[in-house]
Amino acid sequence: MTAFRRLIGFNLLTAVVLGIGGWYLGWFIGHQITGKSLDFFGEIDQNDISIFLGYFMGVIAFLLGLGFGVYPWARMRGYPPSLREKETAGIGRYFTLCTDHKVVGIQYLWGIGLFFFVGGLNAMFIRAELLSPTNHIFPPGQYLTLVGMHGTMMMGMMTSGILGPFANYVVPLMIGARRMAFPRIEALTFWLLMAAGTILVTTILFGGFPTGWTGYEPLNDQANGGMDAYIAFFALVGISMTLLGLNLMATIITMRAPGLTWSRLPIFCWGVVSTAILMVLAAPVLVAVLSMAMLDRTGQTSFFIASAGGSPYLYENLFWIFGHPEVYILALPGFGIVLELLPVFSRKPLWGYRLAVAGLMGVTLLSWLVWQHHLFVSGINSDLRPFYMLSTELISIPTGFTFLCGLMTIWRGQLRFTVPMLFCLAWFFNFLIGGLSGVFLSDTPSDVTTHGSFFSMAHFHYTIMGGLVFTFFAAIYYWVPKMFGVELNELLGKIHFWLMFIAFNSTFGPLFAVGFLGQPRRVVSYPSHLQFLNDWVSVSAFVLGFSMLIFLANLVYCLVFARVPAPANPWASLSLEFQLPSPVPVHNFERVPVFTGDPYGYGEAAPPVGVPAPSPAGGMS
Amino acid sequence: MTTAPRDGVIANDGHGRRFVIAFIVLSVIATPLVAIFVGPLFPPGNGSAQAHEQVFDNTWLVAIMTPPAVFVVVFLLYALVSFRSRSAAVVDGPPIRGDARIQAVWMAATGIIVLFLAGFGSYELVQSGSGGGQGPNPAFTPAGASKAMDVQVIAQQWEFTYRYPSYGGVEVPHLVLPANTLIRLHVTSLDAIHSFWAYQLGVKADANPGVDNVAYVQTKGPMTFDIHCAELCGLWHGYMFDTGQVVDASRFASWIKQQRTYFGPVVKYLPKYSTIYLPDPQRRAG
Repeated sequence: MTAFRRLIGFNLLTAVVLGIGGWYLGWFIGHQITGKSLDFFGEIDQNDISIFLGYFMGVIAFLLGLGFGVYPWARMRGYPPSLREKETAGIGRYFTLCTDHKVVGIQYLWGIGLFFFVGGLNAMFIRAELLSPTNHIFPPGQYLTLVGMHGTMMMGMMTSGILGPFANYVVPLMIGARRMAFPRIEALTFWLLMAAGTILVTTILFGGFPTGWTGYEPLNDQANGGMDAYIAFFALVGISMTLLGLNLMATIITMRAPGLTWSRLPIFCWGVVSTAILMVLAAPVLVAVLSMAMLDRTGQTSFFIASAGGSPYLYENLFWIFGHPEVYILALPGFGIVLELLPVFSRKPLWGYRLAVAGLMGVTLLSWLVWQHHLFVSGINSDLRPFYMLSTELISIPTGFTFLCGLMTIWRGQLRFTVPMLFCLAWFFNFLIGGLSGVFLSDTPSDVTTHGSFFSMAHFHYTIMGGLVFTFFAAIYYWVPKMFGVELNELLGKIHFWLMFIAFNSTFGPLFAVGFLGQPRRVVSYPSHLQFLNDWVSVSAFVLGFSMLIFLANLVYCLVFARVPAPANPWASLSLEFQLPSPVPVHNFERVPVFTGDPYGYGEAAPPVGVPAPSPAGGMS
Repeated sequence: MTTAPRDGVIANDGHGRRFVIAFIVLSVIATPLVAIFVGPLFPPGNGSAQAHEQVFDNTWLVAIMTPPAVFVVVFLLYALVSFRSRSAAVVDGPPIRGDARIQAVWMAATGIIVLFLAGFGSYELVQSGSGGGQGPNPAFTPAGASKAMDVQVIAQQWEFTYRYPSYGGVEVPHLVLPANTLIRLHVTSLDAIHSFWAYQLGVKADANPGVDNVAYVQTKGPMTFDIHCAELCGLWHGYMFDTGQVVDASRFASWIKQQRTYFGPVVKYLPKYSTIYLPDPQRRAG
């Protein structure tokens, strides 16, 4: 009976049922509004207004079903404020609105992981199609949908790939806080992202979308109903990103424990701050530009329709004003992870702390000034090209700071090649190749050949997959023993690493050559003399996919079957989160800690960081 | 700047000196080898003055990038071999928190490389216009641009057609260009955004509806070149390719005469030659 009662509360099941109901309600209302006028144009067989209303009402109903309306409703009726919800409710708290940042972090890990695997599966389909230039597994429309879903899923969901699971979980522990600044908003960002991911998958019900992740106009406007799923997905992701960034910024600015000055803040938190700044400022532009695209599709406006006075350049500019900071939203948390983990496994303090911070902040600032390098051949502002060439190449200076600090941290250390350390070291190699290949793309004359070819695709896979996904796995191997209190198998981890590292380079290295030899991106067919290289890449990609299965097997085996309890501090780290018992208590700290230094005092005879305050610190509950 | 006193004991054990020597020796060996043997392999070949400039540009870029690449790889290899922990217990390394001199050298070195790259790239861009699409008012034109021959590239889903305004505005299905001529390509689109990529000529220019995107190319001898659409333009994007030719002036004259005989009669049914063709707004794109 109690089990049954639990099922009908505010939880995921209720939310899904209400969400589907909300979808149909929106769909119905959309047809009531527009049915007649659409019948007037006999050739139009889709109703974009219905689809959008369906998505938005479905999302609202989904969130209400999770219980997001309960607290505002209670406050409106005059109940006293309460900050916490469902923090001690057993396994059920993972399937509902929960305000414990540790629960949200673990929700994010599984949720993001799920969509990461969906996106990866799309990549496998793409490579299967490209095994042959002439024999097609998928019709071209389906192929473009796969390309678009892979790109959009990865670029959309993985923006929160590190900030979602790890920043949410670890940042309050690192800074000695008991919660995030806005716990309900924290939960909202996660569930919005899950709703968005589901919406993107439903694009296949409406014919998919042909535009890739950039959604360029006017192709966007002429595409069929699946495009609405893309727009709704990315707009919701934009809202989620903005809120996530705001929450993390507010947390780090206002909730640091006594003694944790800005110059003692763990470098991962600086990575989170710099990413959060970009999220808060860039993601609203995405929401705006997609709202305009939505109005073009539904309200017959013409922001981007050249023949009716609009401009596709407006879309390209606005999209890349978001889109270039976006790629640093993906890369900067990786910088933070690498610089945070290297001191632990080199047993040395972080080298050049202030330079590392300057590097992160420099990238944050410069990333606003470079977006037109995506438009070097588009035909706008040819006189501004030297400026964008310079600003793009300037980014390599602050990125170089990160490299220098990381490399010098290793120098003279006592290196221990654990699995997280291996992933961090691989970051250097991958990001080196990614960064150097970026020079070809930033240099305008050279970009004429590489632009829009497989070369640029290989470049951003080296920076994003090599920079983000590798550090994502470093973070998993590093923090999962703390998050779940369970050890991961080291041998399987090392097999996963080596297979992934070799297959990754074997996949994307030859793609530079494929691009240089003249294969444009996102093609379903290609010149037959490129078949050998493409087949090589496809087979390597399948091995890369297989390495992910090894990781998954490791995770499931260790978390579900073996369950070897991990020590509280398996890496002998000085960071504050590893000084807590595993699993971390619900409210983290019995007493708010007081910081006496930064967490990098390896080899120094300094007192331990974060000693509990002698008496409860006021105002920090 | 984070500074800690340089530790006299560990600063003199030769690791730093050995690494710097290895880096310098390997860079000095590798950079010319890369420039001489890898550089010429770079695309897009020698099909036009612009393509040739790009190969030259790429050769310089890869040569400049060799020392940083050698630096990181040699550093990693040296550090991973020399500094791996040899004890089972967790032992701490020396607490070095920074070095102002190394930071200053690093900043100066990366700054110089970056400024040189930007200056070099800008110079190359200004020289030849680089073959990229520069919009209706190109800022960087090659010498003799006023006498260039105009050719229009019209992209639509999913093919390219070409108009020769100086030959009666005739529109033909395949691109043929005269050799040793400076061509001014006017790239435009009728529907979605496409990108005209003539690979061996080193030309890429996005085709936007309602925009005249100009790219210059100085052809060389007779050759065949590949044309692809390089911007995702919908369903048959992957099949939007073509082959073009550069031919002698005399063959070009006879070819264009032949084309005018074939396609001349339909010119009067085409829209008048214009740098842009906007579709009927009632029909939206496509």
